[in-house]
Amino acid sequence: MTQTPPVTPPKREITTKPRFSDKVFRGVVTGGGLSSLIILGLILGFLLYEGYGTFKSQGFHFITSSNWNAVVDANGLFNAKASTFGIAAMLIGTLVVAVIAVIVGVPISVGAALYLTFYAPQFIRKFMVTAIDLMAAFPSVLFGLWGFFVLESSGEYWAKLLNKYLGWIPIFKLPTPYVQHSPFIAGLVLAIMIIPIVTSVSREVFSQTPLDRIQAAYALGATRWAMIRAVAFPYARSGIVGGVMLGLGRAMGETVAVYTVLNIVYQVNWHILFSAGGNIASMILLKFGEASPQEIKALMAAGLVLFLMTLLVNSAANYIVNRSKSGR
Amino acid sequence: MSTNTLTPAAPAPAKPTKPWEASISDRIKTAAIFLGSALFTVGLVAVTPLKGKLAYAIVFFIAFVVIDYIYNVVKGGRAAGADSLFRGFVTAAVCLAITPIVSILLTVWVRGHKGVHWTLFTKDMHSNAFQDPANQGGLLHAIIGTFLLVLFAMIISVPIGVLTAIYITEIKGRFTRPIQFLVQAMSGVPSIVAGLFILASIVYPLTKTLNGFEGSLALAILMIPTVARTSQEVLLLIPQDLREAGVALGGTQWRTVIMIVLPAARSGLITAMILGVARVAGETAPILLLAGGNNSVNWNMFHGPMGSLPNYIWQSFGTGTPDSVTRAWAGLLVLLAIVLILFGLARTLGNRKVGK
Repeated sequence: MTQTPPVTPPKREITTKPRFSDKVFRGVVTGGGLSSLIILGLILGFLLYEGYGTFKSQGFHFITSSNWNAVVDANGLFNAKASTFGIAAMLIGTLVVAVIAVIVGVPISVGAALYLTFYAPQFIRKFMVTAIDLMAAFPSVLFGLWGFFVLESSGEYWAKLLNKYLGWIPIFKLPTPYVQHSPFIAGLVLAIMIIPIVTSVSREVFSQTPLDRIQAAYALGATRWAMIRAVAFPYARSGIVGGVMLGLGRAMGETVAVYTVLNIVYQVNWHILFSAGGNIASMILLKFGEASPQEIKALMAAGLVLFLMTLLVNSAANYIVNRSKSGR
Repeated sequence: MSTNTLTPAAPAPAKPTKPWEASISDRIKTAAIFLGSALFTVGLVAVTPLKGKLAYAIVFFIAFVVIDYIYNVVKGGRAAGADSLFRGFVTAAVCLAITPIVSILLTVWVRGHKGVHWTLFTKDMHSNAFQDPANQGGLLHAIIGTFLLVLFAMIISVPIGVLTAIYITEIKGRFTRPIQFLVQAMSGVPSIVAGLFILASIVYPLTKTLNGFEGSLALAILMIPTVARTSQEVLLLIPQDLREAGVALGGTQWRTVIMIVLPAARSGLITAMILGVARVAGETAPILLLAGGNNSVNWNMFHGPMGSLPNYIWQSFGTGTPDSVTRAWAGLLVLLAIVLILFGLARTLGNRKVGK
């Protein structure tokens, strides 16, 4: 009996080279992943393409002048020479309402986040976090109608009080006593709309305060306020700044709520209690209905300006938030 | 001889003390301060010309903070006083944050429930004007329209969003950080810009007319970041062991992802989808620019304008008569109910353990 020599199986190839199926998979997933880049690029490209003519004919005046005149001559043709498009008034209006929103909304949001992180008992925290998250899902038209029918009446009263007692400050002056549908009220509605996002970002950064430092502060005899001032605030500062800028970005891009609440008048208005204002987004919606094709091109240009503004603010905000989350 | 006498009685276990908890006398003192400032408020508002709910709230808040401050300063010094002041501030802040939510929910219910009736869900508006009494006509067309718009937006955005999340969590390639950054940037794109983009890229150069599908495209742009970010968070929660087990069993990467990671994350992915839907269901600005308004039921996404709930609300509100405004609130009630149900669903699914 002869012994057959043991058959050694052929050596398996050991490789880190992905198989064909994996290559396809990675290709598909990478393609899907890059879609956000593609979409953002396309938005930029198409708005630039549509708005380019306006930028070219108006030049720098597009963002420095506040005349919006689409001139149509006797034959019903669009007169490109005589027409002027400038969005300065709406640009300033956008900033005014967004800044009011931030000034009113941020102390409330940060205070609420502090309460929910360091003060609230478990059941209250759970309930309130759910409620505030829920508010983030409310449609903006709901905020608009609520502001129009409910907040407006209280808001007018507060505006009159502000004007009566703080009227000597220039921004609270009233050229004529009309306080209905003012930027002040639009700012209040936007403040309410940004509360959820600013609160949740601040809550996230506060809850990451290192526990050992909190305990150390308490062990040294700090009261809760002293602990927050010495430990939580310095730790969370940059994260909160990022959250505030995210809120600012949201407030700048809001359309329907501002359109509903605000009396849109095409003029530069620094008197926040006076019944005139607007922002770029709501102006686009207002003018879009009866705009001629050439005017729509100008609106596209305005949309591009808005897009770039919000993109800039949001990117800066995300950069700050991400850095404060991963760093330290 | 009983065993009782042999074993010495165990000393009663000492009750754990919780020195940080408020004792009964502390609670009584807090209640007394509360009552005292309430009495003071009622008295002050009655005597002085201050009027209204707001006066009560403000005077009460100031009175409470001041009395609490004095009490704490007397009892524990300046530091305790500052602490009580700050507690007053954060409590006021959280009350101010909650008040609008309560007010909005109450308003929608109080103003909207009058306009809700059964024909709302069985009729459309093709034979009624918005000024008609609120019990005529209905919003069937709007509900169907919103359903179709959101469905198509979902079909487009969910694959893209989930693929983005898979890229970030599974492939972790060169573009991970830029993509994460871009997705966050995309979540800040104003809704009207999404509408303008579809107008500039599809309507003017190609179709020249408005239809529902264009509205869905704009909604999809707004939905992708929500889906991507929520899915990403869910996929990050899947234990690394599962992936390693998949690879150890000889699976290629795509089989591991498709057959192990995604099924494990199923409920979380559904949550991401629902949150995305809730985000866009009430989106108004792009709908106004793109889908147009339609007063009768339209099942064809690719032809003719498409009605929707936001559009119905917008038109009713714009008409401005008492009846049409009631219509708008009824529409809002229906829309809000849909959003609330979706939100509740997402919460229940999201609270389940990952992997179930």
